[in-house]
Amino acid sequence: MGTRNLLWNVANKYFTFGLVGLTISDRYASIVPVRGGSMSPAFNPQPSISDDYVLVEKFCLEKYKFSHGDVVVFRSPSNYKEKHIKRIIALPGDWIGTTHNSYDVLKIPEGHCWVEGDNSASSMDSRSFGPIPLALVQGRVTHIVWPPERLGGVERRYPKERVSSL
Amino acid sequence: MWHYRSIVREAWHRTMAVANFLCGLHVTNTYLCTAALAYGPSMLPTFNLTGDLFLAERLSTRFDKVRPGDVVLVRSPENPRKLIVKRLLGMEGDSVTYAVDPKNSSRCNTVVVPKGHVWIEGDNIYASRDSRQFGPVPYGLLEGKAFCKIWPPKEFGSLGQAE
Repeated sequence: MGTRNLLWNVANKYFTFGLVGLTISDRYASIVPVRGGSMSPAFNPQPSISDDYVLVEKFCLEKYKFSHGDVVVFRSPSNYKEKHIKRIIALPGDWIGTTHNSYDVLKIPEGHCWVEGDNSASSMDSRSFGPIPLALVQGRVTHIVWPPERLGGVERRYPKERVSSL
Repeated sequence: MWHYRSIVREAWHRTMAVANFLCGLHVTNTYLCTAALAYGPSMLPTFNLTGDLFLAERLSTRFDKVRPGDVVLVRSPENPRKLIVKRLLGMEGDSVTYAVDPKNSSRCNTVVVPKGHVWIEGDNIYASRDSRQFGPVPYGLLEGKAFCKIWPPKEFGSLGQAE
């Protein structure tokens, strides 16, 4: 009887812990690894050595209010199981110059945003799939937490000359 | 002193119980099943104008089990704070024929749904803002599949595959 009680207690603890953990990671904040070099040098400056772990906050999902230059995690529009980390360059209503193959100017539709990786040479982003719905965004990256020597905030920056919010 | 400590412990246990309950609620609501209210003319006759309460389960969308004909809960691509209810009409790779402007002309258009996207339309094509205006939506915007209507009570029952 004693072992059964103990097992029950342990299972109960794990279950509670799981519930609380899941809730916190869904609603408040979570820590995710960054894979690949598409955001270098902000994350993974040397992709082959080790992955950066970043803190993702979810409070922005209440209002879906973002600023230019925010780094966000979003579901890939072509495969919902993949998540990507990119920087928001333009928000709804902005005009953006796409440097894709021609110098086009494009208006971002309502509820969408334009995302690009910092390392434009090896990044799969809005330059290939166009503006994405803001509703795909899963959170905003605020800090690097691992490795310890790279601990720190993530700065907000974007190419201002390519965006105009007329 | 001992008394005080037992009160603190009691309060702590109560708080934890409430927190656990709320977490359980959140997890059930996010991963299993949620209730939502549908109003507006776009899903007539499946849902009434005035607001019907229905249950939507989250498992089908998570495990890729939704099929054309299902009623789905979708985060609006035009306003991320809004959820919309539409019928799924095409998965990726399907070709969909739709009436461009059913009120004024019978012109039809055919598109192929791109990879990772779905085609959604309201049942009432005369008053619905859906994929015909904003194009195919990414699968990642699907939030659940409506399976049971619970209000009004006389229409209680499962929401099957219509058409």
